[in-house]
Amino acid sequence: MLKSSAPAVRVDNLTLSYRRHPAVHHVSGEFSPGSFTAIFGPNGAGKSTLLKGIVGLIKPDSGRVLLDGVARHDIGYLPQQSALDRSFPMRVLDVAAMGLWRKAGIFRAIGRKSLDHVEAALAAVGLTGFEDRLIGTLSGGQFQRALFARLLLQDARLILLDEPFTAIDARTCDDLLALIARWHAEGRTVVTVLHDLELVREHIPETLLLAREKVAWGPTTEVLTDENLARARHLHEAFEDDAELCEMPA
Amino acid sequence: MSFYDLLFGPFAEFGFMRRALMGCIALSISGAPIGVFLVLRRMSLMGDVMAHAILPGAAIGFLLSGFSLFAMTAGGVIAGLLVALGAGAIARTTPLREDASFAAFYLVSLGLGVMIVSIRGSNIDLLHVLFGNVLALDDPSLFLIGGIATVTLLALALIYRLLVAECFDPGFLKSVGGAGGLAHFLFLALVVLNLVGGFNALGTLMVVGLIVLPAASARFWSETVPGQIGAAALIGIVSSAAGLLISYHGELPTSPAIILVAGAIHAVSILAGRHGSFVHQALHARHLRG
Repeated sequence: MLKSSAPAVRVDNLTLSYRRHPAVHHVSGEFSPGSFTAIFGPNGAGKSTLLKGIVGLIKPDSGRVLLDGVARHDIGYLPQQSALDRSFPMRVLDVAAMGLWRKAGIFRAIGRKSLDHVEAALAAVGLTGFEDRLIGTLSGGQFQRALFARLLLQDARLILLDEPFTAIDARTCDDLLALIARWHAEGRTVVTVLHDLELVREHIPETLLLAREKVAWGPTTEVLTDENLARARHLHEAFEDDAELCEMPA
Repeated sequence: MSFYDLLFGPFAEFGFMRRALMGCIALSISGAPIGVFLVLRRMSLMGDVMAHAILPGAAIGFLLSGFSLFAMTAGGVIAGLLVALGAGAIARTTPLREDASFAAFYLVSLGLGVMIVSIRGSNIDLLHVLFGNVLALDDPSLFLIGGIATVTLLALALIYRLLVAECFDPGFLKSVGGAGGLAHFLFLALVVLNLVGGFNALGTLMVVGLIVLPAASARFWSETVPGQIGAAALIGIVSSAAGLLISYHGELPTSPAIILVAGAIHAVSILAGRHGSFVHQALHARHLRG
């Protein structure tokens, strides 16, 4: 796939808030076509919120998200695991097959050929033989692999991952990182929220350091300096109950 | 009394028993998937709430045009849909959770119904609405139940994938542009339809039992959604037939007999079902090698 066909995401003076308290405050910048970016920052810095804003799960208070080269419904989005009902009686095969949504939609049948794709995706994440297992019986790592199989089948050119490696062992993490690196090599645009500083430094070429406001955005080595990290910690404070109205132009 | 007299005689001999059985079978089949999804979405008590919510609507219909199937059904459906839509909309647009929002709406609906009934000063017999009369199902009632069962199964077949995705991972569904909210509202509308369809047969409150009890029991017999739906339908049908026979032979009220049989099957399921029952847990107490 050519890099030029990869989608870009531009955020323009974006503010996303909960109960009027901004979680993402006047952030502007661009995830360029084919880039591979980590969103890094303290807890509550607005990392997941920014992803939700891009996917369209939260409406902006001000500013906007501009998607270039991709429709909003063609984004491959991996939510945090805690947002899913893992007690729901679904088979691993069913979870992966959800990735065919764009092709199969609500009504169309999933044929033999599509099932072969599902099998191939499960094989790619190392879950061959788990097809009929209920998701409630999987370990956290196996479940995350199943969700990655779903992402593989979505075949999206813009992929947003929300903390994909939380509570996941080193081997699974390595396997999934390899998958993500492959997506990047294929020219897809990848954005991932991460908590592990070393992992970001080692594997992710670009970083957005977020602490409700943008602290720095660019090549990882230039962004993750001691000075920037200290600024992120400083910027990030609990919201004030009696905060005044933000006067910055919308 | 022969085996035949015990099990088949009443149905062979009396048309009203056959009608009752057919009505209950239709209710069991259409109530099974509804009940299973209610249980899976942790909304088992919502059935009860909705039954309370449609009660005033049916009562108002009864007041306005007397004992008319159409008026009572329409009243029940309107009241039920108003509560479902209103409560659902508030739960999705404000921080109030769905259960609290539903409770608020149905309590207001109930209060309103009782108020209207007392203003009219009529001491109408609402026992029929409360407990139904399964042994007096006329043609229109049977057609209503059959029609609702047909609509329910067709509609669920259409939104099945949407509903499963919405239960399991609403965020994903929203990100691919699937209409999760629509699926949820359609599902609630089907719940209302089934409750209204059943109130003529079993009564507003008892019909919840035939929807939720088999579904809750089915959890112990199958681990998959289709398996649970099948098991729930079967349990509902068996409960209906057995309840009708017990009520016939023992000269006991019918609706409670059906619900109590469903309750007995539920107890057996908890004790000895194939998945997660006490017996199952005891038999599988020792762990495996790997």
